[in-house]
Amino acid sequence: MTVTLPDEDRHEGGIRTLRRGLRMMPEFRRGLPLTVLLAVLATAGRVVVPIAVQQVLDRGIGAEGGPDLDFVTWVVLGCAVIVVLTAVAVYGMNLRLFRTTETALAGLRVRAFRHVHDLSAVHQQGDKRGALVSRVTSDVDQLSQFMQWGGVLGLISFGQLLVATVVMFVYSWQLTLVVLVCFVPLGIAVRWFAAKLAVVYGVVRERIGDLLAAVSESVVGASTVRAYGVRERTAERIDAAIDRHYRAAVDAQRVAVGVFVSGEFAAALANAALVVAGVYLGLAGDISAGTLVAFLFLVTLFVAPVQTASEVINEAQNALAGFRRVLDILDTEPDVRDPATAAPESTVHLPEGVLGVRFDHVTFRYSPGARAALDDIDLVIEPRRRVAIVGETGSGKTTFAKLVTRLMDPVEGRVLLGSDAAGWVPLSDVSFASLRSRVVMVPQDGFLFDATVADNVRYGRPGISDADVATAFDDLGLTDWVTGLPHGVASPVGQRGESLSAGERQLVAVARAYVADPDLLVLDEATSAVDPATEQRLTRALDTLTAGRTTLTIAHRLSTAERADEILVVDAGHVVQRGSHAELVGTDGTYARLHASWRRSSAGEPEPVA
Amino acid sequence: MPRRRRDAVVRRGIRHVGRAIALQPKIFSAALLGSSLFAVMTVASAYVIGEITDRVVLPSFDQGSASTAALALAVAAIIGVALLRIVGIIGRRLLSGIMQYRLQAQMRREVTGQYLRLPLSWHQQHPTGQLLSNANSDVEAAWFFVAPLAFGLGAVVIILITGGAMVVTDPLLALIGLVVFPLVFVINALYSQVMSPRQQRAQQLRAEVSEIAHESFDAALVVKTLGREESETERFNARAGELRDGLIAVGRVRGLFDPLIESLPNLGTLAVLLLGAHRVADGAIDVGELVSIAYLFTLLALPIRAIGWVLAELPRALAGYDRITPVLEATGETPYGPEDAATTAGGAALGLQGIGYTFAGVERPAVRDVTFDVPAGGTVAVVGPTGSGKSTLAGLLVRLVDPVDGTVLLDGLDIRRLREGQVSDHAAFVAQQAFLFDDTVRGNITLGGPYTDEDVWAALRVAAADDFVTALPDGLDTHVGERGASLSGGQRQRLALARAIVRRPRLLVLDDATSAVDPSVEARILDALRASDAPATVVVVAYRQATIALADEVVWFEHGRAVARGSHAYLLGEVPGYADLVRAYSQADGVPA
Repeated sequence: MTVTLPDEDRHEGGIRTLRRGLRMMPEFRRGLPLTVLLAVLATAGRVVVPIAVQQVLDRGIGAEGGPDLDFVTWVVLGCAVIVVLTAVAVYGMNLRLFRTTETALAGLRVRAFRHVHDLSAVHQQGDKRGALVSRVTSDVDQLSQFMQWGGVLGLISFGQLLVATVVMFVYSWQLTLVVLVCFVPLGIAVRWFAAKLAVVYGVVRERIGDLLAAVSESVVGASTVRAYGVRERTAERIDAAIDRHYRAAVDAQRVAVGVFVSGEFAAALANAALVVAGVYLGLAGDISAGTLVAFLFLVTLFVAPVQTASEVINEAQNALAGFRRVLDILDTEPDVRDPATAAPESTVHLPEGVLGVRFDHVTFRYSPGARAALDDIDLVIEPRRRVAIVGETGSGKTTFAKLVTRLMDPVEGRVLLGSDAAGWVPLSDVSFASLRSRVVMVPQDGFLFDATVADNVRYGRPGISDADVATAFDDLGLTDWVTGLPHGVASPVGQRGESLSAGERQLVAVARAYVADPDLLVLDEATSAVDPATEQRLTRALDTLTAGRTTLTIAHRLSTAERADEILVVDAGHVVQRGSHAELVGTDGTYARLHASWRRSSAGEPEPVA
Repeated sequence: MPRRRRDAVVRRGIRHVGRAIALQPKIFSAALLGSSLFAVMTVASAYVIGEITDRVVLPSFDQGSASTAALALAVAAIIGVALLRIVGIIGRRLLSGIMQYRLQAQMRREVTGQYLRLPLSWHQQHPTGQLLSNANSDVEAAWFFVAPLAFGLGAVVIILITGGAMVVTDPLLALIGLVVFPLVFVINALYSQVMSPRQQRAQQLRAEVSEIAHESFDAALVVKTLGREESETERFNARAGELRDGLIAVGRVRGLFDPLIESLPNLGTLAVLLLGAHRVADGAIDVGELVSIAYLFTLLALPIRAIGWVLAELPRALAGYDRITPVLEATGETPYGPEDAATTAGGAALGLQGIGYTFAGVERPAVRDVTFDVPAGGTVAVVGPTGSGKSTLAGLLVRLVDPVDGTVLLDGLDIRRLREGQVSDHAAFVAQQAFLFDDTVRGNITLGGPYTDEDVWAALRVAAADDFVTALPDGLDTHVGERGASLSGGQRQRLALARAIVRRPRLLVLDDATSAVDPSVEARILDALRASDAPATVVVVAYRQATIALADEVVWFEHGRAVARGSHAYLLGEVPGYADLVRAYSQADGVPA
């Protein structure tokens, strides 16, 4: 059932990525015209000094009848003013550009983050978390870094290129053509290099993702690594990921060097061609010696931004590779979609009152062609019933829970919520906001955030006070446990709740679901690590508290089944038995077998070896 | 203190550059050589164009005819210099890149090596997101300046050449250079000081953003089931917004610095023109000399910018490096002794003497003054209410953490005196929550150890995992996904059990390791463990009576203390709390007897 996000199309052109990206970053376009205008002004400063040099030499110092110092003074002062104004324009442009790009990138980061949460549970499990984190951190950072210098430099270089071309044309159109022809092969080469760079930098970004996944594994699995003395093996795995990144980065560098070398070579070619063509054009009487000398000087105005641009193209491909990975996240269609955003007009609200569950010929498989985890399930669970779902590991119990809470959608059939009296509503038409406020599931590993116990409980119902949280624990019969904590409900739980034991984490997770006050509560092995006495106390309290609501409980400990109104026995994707404990325990079948085995294990009788 | 640190930014920056060079001296020298070649050839190309103008272009125009040989020579000179420049570029670029990535890789190995070396107590205090950020963006930041470093230092060559040329041509005009260059460095120093705290803050925020993302994606299921996507996004958005503001603050300084440093050589060139015109008028220098000085000055623009690039990256580099240093310098590495554990077959004798453990930042100990022995081959069940410290105790037995007080003895030896690897060679631990690596089923069980497929299958059979592994698409070669995501909780737990079983440990510690396994399967596992011919010493944290029944002795745990010990029957009679706990299911109301 490992589902990964579609591999990015590495051959996608930079322009297409940019267009795709701009669509995702509306903030970027805001105020762009003025920024571009400032960039055009900024290019003036780049050309003014070479022109000043040429003017001072030709018309100032070389003026007829000795140096014209007044002229020189005016030209220099005028140009100095332009240089200063240019600096101011660049400053203004930088400010605007940094502000808009950082705002746009922060928006992109947040949208990508949100989208990861919108992807289905299947997606989230399939993709490596370390790698997902890299998409909202280092991939975006790469873009930001590029924007902080490459974006500016790219804009200015482009403007400078245009200005230089115009100025060259003014001096000599023939020589300009010579220069342009020399740069045509470079244009072709750059296109080829850009495509190649896109590939190699794509690999680099991917390797960073893998690297983070490997590091994350070693940190999260720290106790397993230590318990099994596999530090060296883990280090080797990380080092291998580090090496793969290193090799990818050096490969990319090799291609990048190719870009600079081509630019350099084109510039030399242009210079050589200018000398030869210039001399012959001069001899033919088309240009003067002064023009040619001036042109040899001018061509550096053209060459410099080309070289800068090749640098920018290189960095841009690196940034684009990260960009693509972020956009790919955003472009991954969540396979479980919130109808409130997907099809607002057909969105419905859940009927008022307690909710029942109806499976209408539901089939689910984790991947096409795989064995059905649930096969053509057709049943109704009436509202207000307490239902236990039992079965062996891998029989499809958890799949059942995930379908009821719409963590996944069935491959065939429909899941409906409601009642015969209030009507049945297909789950897929219910907005997530409505669904999540009425239907709550407590999974086996109820993740806790690095905050206090109270904060974690409040996660189920924002805004309640610490006293309310304490009352909730009281309701659940857990006061003894809470008061035994160093700071009561204000005790910090550590990252992932690791300052608490697994059983204690489950207690907090149940309290969290309890304060959410759902109409349909799904408990999937929610108290599997809690000691039996506490569990009994807790479930008895829950029974009273959730009376009048529907509860679905999945548990290996069949004490839950004993107390349930009804038991669904699942085996190999089918509901094989259904009834109360009293009915089923006396009937020869899966339940009687499971129950006998559980009785023996909880009562201390060894099971006969099968 | 902050003031002193700010003063030190430039000095520390230079030391940091020295560190990079000291770590990769050979490759740096080669890159610098390439960069110097590039620098010299840059000046040479200007000289070549000047010579060609004087000796080829102008004579051709004067004579009205061109010498093919002269033109060919000119072309050869231009291309030749360009080729040498290209060699310089390749050397500088490629080698700088390799140097940068080597430094990164080396530091990443050191940082992640520390993650593996440092004790769990250290990990408990450092969020995963922060650690990821240290290994990723902080390392990257620390060595990012290396890319333009050789270029920047090569630029010094250009500055020296041009400076020398200017002084020789006209000392008065060279004065302008003497004003401009120091100014560049003063601006850079100011810039570093203003930038440094901003970069530190940005780097810190990067780590915090990574931390939230990591935690939130880890919590994906809870976020989804409680419908809290909106508030999680809000939480991320708040920090991403701070990072955005931090980066804009960085950009504001950089946005001012860049045009400032760029206009300096331009203004210098204009000053040269103005002063030079007067000098020419005075007859102190001739036009040609002014032209070459003006030209040399324009050549300076690029190297000065390259030096600026290096200096501009230094505050960020320091910010990254400063965040990594505490990881690299963190101590608390688990100390190992010289001893080997006994090599006898069969179970190991376990002794606990006055064990106490307290988590960092918590006053109350999690485990207090625990003393008991488990004879070789014996089985002890540790039973107690949720949160009484059983898991902490289990971790102490296999030296996941060291006790604050007391000693754990393995065959009479303090386990702290054992060589590294000895404890895990003799003892296996199965945690409450099974952790699987992103590897194959086989890899997760052998963990690289010398076990044959038969060994693995045998262990899988004991753990009752052979059926589902056989049904997996690639059997033992099936990849289980990150943290075993493609398997159910019960399946993960059974693989974790098989991982312990395959090692035939002399001490097996099971921390409620069968909670997600069906009772019938658990019974099979326990049967198989008992049937072994060389029974291991077993310490099992358990709630089920069937598991407890296997134990020779039961230790009753409450509030971190071993309150009572004895046989199951004894405790049932003497300890009311124990009876309540283990009989909870039989006492449940409404249950037919």
